[in-house]
Amino acid sequence: MGSYLTAFLVGGLICALAQLLFDLTTLTPAHVLTLFVIIGGVLSGVGLYEPLVKFAGAGATVPITSFGHQLVQGALRELETHGPIGVLAGIFDLSSAGITAAIIFGFVVSLIFNPKG
Amino acid sequence: MYTTKGKLLILPRLCLGIFGEAEVGGAVYKMSPSKDKQKVKKQQALQQEFQSIAKRQKPKPPLLRNVCVAYAVGGLICVIGQAISKFYTTLGFSAEDAGSPTVATLILIAAVLTGLGIYDVIGQFAGAGAAVPVTGFANSVVSAAIEFKREGLVLGVGAKMFSLAGPVLVYGTVTAFVVGIIKACLR
Repeated sequence: MGSYLTAFLVGGLICALAQLLFDLTTLTPAHVLTLFVIIGGVLSGVGLYEPLVKFAGAGATVPITSFGHQLVQGALRELETHGPIGVLAGIFDLSSAGITAAIIFGFVVSLIFNPKG
Repeated sequence: MYTTKGKLLILPRLCLGIFGEAEVGGAVYKMSPSKDKQKVKKQQALQQEFQSIAKRQKPKPPLLRNVCVAYAVGGLICVIGQAISKFYTTLGFSAEDAGSPTVATLILIAAVLTGLGIYDVIGQFAGAGAAVPVTGFANSVVSAAIEFKREGLVLGVGAKMFSLAGPVLVYGTVTAFVVGIIKACLR
């Protein structure tokens, strides 16, 4: 599942592409991140993201594109086992850890820290 | 760059088409629901004029520096992720199962750094290098939660936590649903 070198090269490349969109287009960061999630989901749907994960490891699973990948793979795996209704039931299967962690840690940290200024 | 002879470039147009809104030189454009085409045209001419003025006023970002720093910092965060993932595989997780605890660990680190105000500094320094990894997703959730804390625990923290990260969730879910339905139809 990737080496440190491929993780750095691929992960850095995805971030550099986003930076190019930040600087060269008029898209806001929110638009670019949304676009990246959609791109990740589509690449996953056509079967191109899984090979990237195998090649780059964390270089492909850490960038936000992997969120789209996880959502799509969650839907597709449940589709395999439970049929079309699995699409609804399975979307958050694989991304659960990320979303839950963000909510729980976000909640706890917001209780501890106060806004600045 | 932002304009070519006062015309919107392809990407902002696409953005207007997909999202119904685009930001050009600091001005946010939204698709007008009005069917009155003349009115829309007039509005667009005005917007383009504004946009060309805004373009002249806007300072040019140091592109090469920004891209290199984004590459280095983004790559580094992925290397850290790779190291955490390796650590979990030594604990007995399979390479695939190590993904969830790895992401959770990165989010925990990013949440604490956000609370301490350190992630904002990294973000200002690295731009997309800090925003694109999952740590940037965590940062947007945590910073919104802290920011709106003064509006209360329910209506502030609870309601506004995903005010920045929401679009990513919504469009990711919609994409996954559409891909799933297409695959279901092709079966």
